[in-house]
Amino acid sequence: MNDRFVDILIIGAGPAGLAAAISAKENGIDSLLVLEREKDAGGILRQCIHNGFGLHRFKEELTGPEYAQRDIDKAAELGIEIECSTTVLSVSPDHTVTCVSSSRGLQVIHAKAIVLAMGCRERPRGALCTPGTRCAGIYSAGTAQRFVNLEGLMPGKRVVILGSGDIGLIMARRMTLQGAKVLACVELMPYSSGLNRNIVQCLQDYDIPLYLSHTVTDIRGRERLEGVTVSEVDEKRNPIPGTEIEFDCDTLLLSCGLIPENELSLGAGVEISPATSGAVVNESFETSVPGIFACGNVLHVHDLVDHVSNESFKAGAAAAAYVRNGTRRGSVIAVRDGEGVRGTVPQQIRSDTDQPVDLMFRPSAVFRNSSVVVESGAQELIRKKAMIFTPGEMALVTLRPEMLKNIGSDSITVRIERN
Amino acid sequence: MNTTFDVLVIGSGITGCATARALSRYETSVLVLDRGSDLAEGATKANSGIVHAGYDAVPGTKKALYNVRGANMYEALAGELGVPYRRCGALVLAFDDADRKTIEELKTRGETNGVTGLEILDRDSLLKLEPNLNPEVVAALWVPTSAIVSPYEMAFALADDAALNGVQFRFDEEVLSVTRDPDGCFTVRTDRETWRCRALVNCSGSSGADLHNQLSARKLTMIHRRGQYYLLDRAMKQPFDRTVFQCPSAMGKGVLVSPTVHGNLLLGPTAEDIDDPLDTATTASGLSDILKKAARTWAGLTTRTNITNFSGVRAHLTTDDFVVGPCEDCPGYFEAIGIESPGLSSAPAIGLDLAEMIAGYLTVSRKEAIVPYPVPPVPFHDMTEEQRAQAVSADPAYGNIICRCEVVTEAEIRRAIRRPVGARSVDGVKRRTRAGMGRCQGGFCLPRVAAIISEETGIPLKEVTKNGGKSYLLSDTVDVFLKGGHDHE
Repeated sequence: MNDRFVDILIIGAGPAGLAAAISAKENGIDSLLVLEREKDAGGILRQCIHNGFGLHRFKEELTGPEYAQRDIDKAAELGIEIECSTTVLSVSPDHTVTCVSSSRGLQVIHAKAIVLAMGCRERPRGALCTPGTRCAGIYSAGTAQRFVNLEGLMPGKRVVILGSGDIGLIMARRMTLQGAKVLACVELMPYSSGLNRNIVQCLQDYDIPLYLSHTVTDIRGRERLEGVTVSEVDEKRNPIPGTEIEFDCDTLLLSCGLIPENELSLGAGVEISPATSGAVVNESFETSVPGIFACGNVLHVHDLVDHVSNESFKAGAAAAAYVRNGTRRGSVIAVRDGEGVRGTVPQQIRSDTDQPVDLMFRPSAVFRNSSVVVESGAQELIRKKAMIFTPGEMALVTLRPEMLKNIGSDSITVRIERN
Repeated sequence: MNTTFDVLVIGSGITGCATARALSRYETSVLVLDRGSDLAEGATKANSGIVHAGYDAVPGTKKALYNVRGANMYEALAGELGVPYRRCGALVLAFDDADRKTIEELKTRGETNGVTGLEILDRDSLLKLEPNLNPEVVAALWVPTSAIVSPYEMAFALADDAALNGVQFRFDEEVLSVTRDPDGCFTVRTDRETWRCRALVNCSGSSGADLHNQLSARKLTMIHRRGQYYLLDRAMKQPFDRTVFQCPSAMGKGVLVSPTVHGNLLLGPTAEDIDDPLDTATTASGLSDILKKAARTWAGLTTRTNITNFSGVRAHLTTDDFVVGPCEDCPGYFEAIGIESPGLSSAPAIGLDLAEMIAGYLTVSRKEAIVPYPVPPVPFHDMTEEQRAQAVSADPAYGNIICRCEVVTEAEIRRAIRRPVGARSVDGVKRRTRAGMGRCQGGFCLPRVAAIISEETGIPLKEVTKNGGKSYLLSDTVDVFLKGGHDHE
């Protein structure tokens, strides 16, 4: 077992890891290694064969694999080493990474900087505590997507989808196009957590009913799923007796939220935000552990891959700067979530930053005719109007460096105000 | 195929497996039948996993006798078979004077049954021991010999050992009728075969009374009592190091909060009498009942890290005791019926006793040599870095992580399928390796595990099941589907 030494180690070769690697390389780092547990780079995009990716970044409508391929090609052109079929087992605060693969065995790698880009996982049934039987035919939407798009296998033919996250909506259309009958999409909240364009293009265009403020309250079937009961819920999300609707189905797909996959980060001692379930980072995407950076869906769950790439380019550049100069010390301004705002990233900004800082967050509910307000004490830094804010779409406001120069407090707050 | 055996055991739960292993030490041919698709498909796979010390059973009952004897065998047995076991101790909480009286009675009862080390702890020492206990607790019975074990892994190991020593196992086979023939042998008709045997053993769990009533004039009545559970992720720091019970009631030992041998936390069970012993659904009311009751033990209760809910069905006899041994009015027929709690604790002792009685009945002697049980490899999850490096260099399949939550490798999944009584389904792999037991509940590893099962067993991917029978994971290929010609009908 030989120890290896690299300047920057990137964990994950999905869109976040690829962008971080490209950016680190372009910022002068040659000793660079990307580790990927799948046998190919590209991350979840490999199974997202629908189009709609890259509208912001490339001004084109690409499929997931096409989008990923652009970064894979770029990385190859830059000579970036990507080691696939390699699983990271642990990351320590001193930047020691242990990983394993069949071809290279157990490796210990020491890195000057680490970029965490492990992505996220889907919330499983257990986390929902849905009662009923534990039969076959219940899958997370992403698992079903993998079966259909990568393995060419159909999970079932009569489908109910619980949750209206984007993957669930995409799978409603995918299963329909492939000959299955999608009976309903059921959402606990009074609004969808998916992109509006997906509601229109994946449900409405195929006459698939969306039941808002409903949930699955029973699951039937001993061996294979035979049916589910759907009930309306009250404002406290408790099922209302008497509102039950029975669906005979052999498949239940769950699209009930994504959870950043931070087990390795926790092992490295990285502080995790309860609001995002991702690392607490500063404007350089540096975590609470110096020299460990995080970007993409492991940091916070994004709506568009374009945003993931954009964020990860910055994180890769920041990791390169760290390798050259170490951590920049400066007085820290805390970024707080105010009314209507959940999980603003970054959570900290160093006041001497000379770059614009994008503040990204999820609205906590649907707000019409409202404004994002960024303020420090009584001082208003930004006010930006929008027709609608929804939890399904990330909101973004950009702080310019000069706004931070003269603020009279050590924190700023982001909130949504109805006009 | 040979359809005649000396001994036929019906049921491959913990009792059937323990009996089969004990029988494998004798010069006799043994067949084990199960209607499930795998070992341990009934109550054995869905219980609290506690090796009870033996303070609860009424002195003089078979429950008391076998509990204490079985519990005393566990540590050595688990060590020999490489099954996770930990003597973590248990507390029985008292919240008022009536409870205090109960725990004092339990202490006396335990001492009569031969349980050592029992002690009443006051509130202060209790809260020092387990700081997350509800501060309203007033006292508790401390049971140092109470232990936890992985019940299905114990059954798997017992069955593998039995198989290595000649016992045959058959699954997906339901017994339709049993008769004692004029020659003193038994005919067992199943949905697939007709078997003959000289001795018949009933370890059939929830079918125990039905089977008994076919052969004996002294009828038994069984009640199917369901218990539901929460299982929380092992990633979190568990609030308790010990099993924590509340005072028992007529329906059972009440809701416990306990660590598991794998570091998860278990909350449950409920106790509801149901008609269908195969109805292992969970219910909204059952699950909320657990939370209400468990919150009395664990004031800071949270299910934020819940991994799954499940339920199992206890085989409760109205006589409220185990039936173990030869049936009085049917020579050659032996039984273990009503093996509810403390059945897991008792199983090794019941198995030994039954085997000895059967050997005596058949007048067969002990084998001169037995095939020793191979020491199972340490799970990759628990290996040191050096062990991991060695394992991968010896077998590159150890370098392919299939289940990322529980860190289970391809090598371990293949081994689970190749065991003497190997896994045939996704759940079979899950219980033998923990692949899919973690926080993503198989979201990541399911397609990979299914592919390995298909490869190892030669069944096409679309025929791979979650749990045997018709629990197919997939309908068909996308091509066939699009043409409308799908699936398993």
